[in-house]
Amino acid sequence: MSVRVQREAFDTAAEVEALVAGRVDVGGVVTFTGLVRGEAGGRALSSLTLEHYPEMTEAELNRIEAEAQDRFGLAGSLVIHRYGELRPGDPIVLVVTLSPHRQAAFAAAEFLMDYLKSRAPFWKKESFADGTEAWVDARETDGAALARWGAPATQK
Amino acid sequence: MSHATIKEKAPAGAAGQRLTVRYFAWVREKVGRAEEAVEVPASIATVGDLVDWLAARGPEYQAAFARPGVVRAALDQVHVKPGASLAGAREIAFFPPVTGG
Repeated sequence: MSVRVQREAFDTAAEVEALVAGRVDVGGVVTFTGLVRGEAGGRALSSLTLEHYPEMTEAELNRIEAEAQDRFGLAGSLVIHRYGELRPGDPIVLVVTLSPHRQAAFAAAEFLMDYLKSRAPFWKKESFADGTEAWVDARETDGAALARWGAPATQK
Repeated sequence: MSHATIKEKAPAGAAGQRLTVRYFAWVREKVGRAEEAVEVPASIATVGDLVDWLAARGPEYQAAFARPGVVRAALDQVHVKPGASLAGAREIAFFPPVTGG
């Protein structure tokens, strides 16, 4: 189990290799990588800037990861979330889940993404090709995604 | 002198709680600062009370907290609801709903 918050890009293949090296109890590995889309609301995006709350981010991601461990009995997991200025096509977030059987790894990866979208203290600001900027609004669907895990959604 | 009166009425140790207040994303932009130290009057017991008290400090705070229920809070780096008690807290953060991932 580990969590990293960093400016730098990550190497998914190298991360997975390090997680499974020397292990024979892992039957399945699921990875999810989130990327910056080149458009938002039909407008061309030039960059995306992620602000975060450094003292809280790792603590919150660790709480989310611990919850996933409890629920799905994972053999291991990794969450990497980037901050700073990113370009279209850049990776933002990596979630890796390891489990003896695939179902738990798939479910836990989805659970981790739903949770971190609703709980991890990151905020995205979009800079458009036309020079304007806008903070991304939280999506109602993110709260709904969280609710299906039987969790109280973040406060209204 | 009114300050002294408030102190006398307040329960021991509750007067003048010192809090670091931090702001993020558009809340930070509207308030015009990322962080400040505030001396919170003893009558302010909850996160919601603090929001009302901050909103009354000036137009920039009023603008930041204008949409009721939109701004979220964390006390000492843990998400909390408006009814949460400020007792014992050292840092409070205000921010929009998160948009990571």
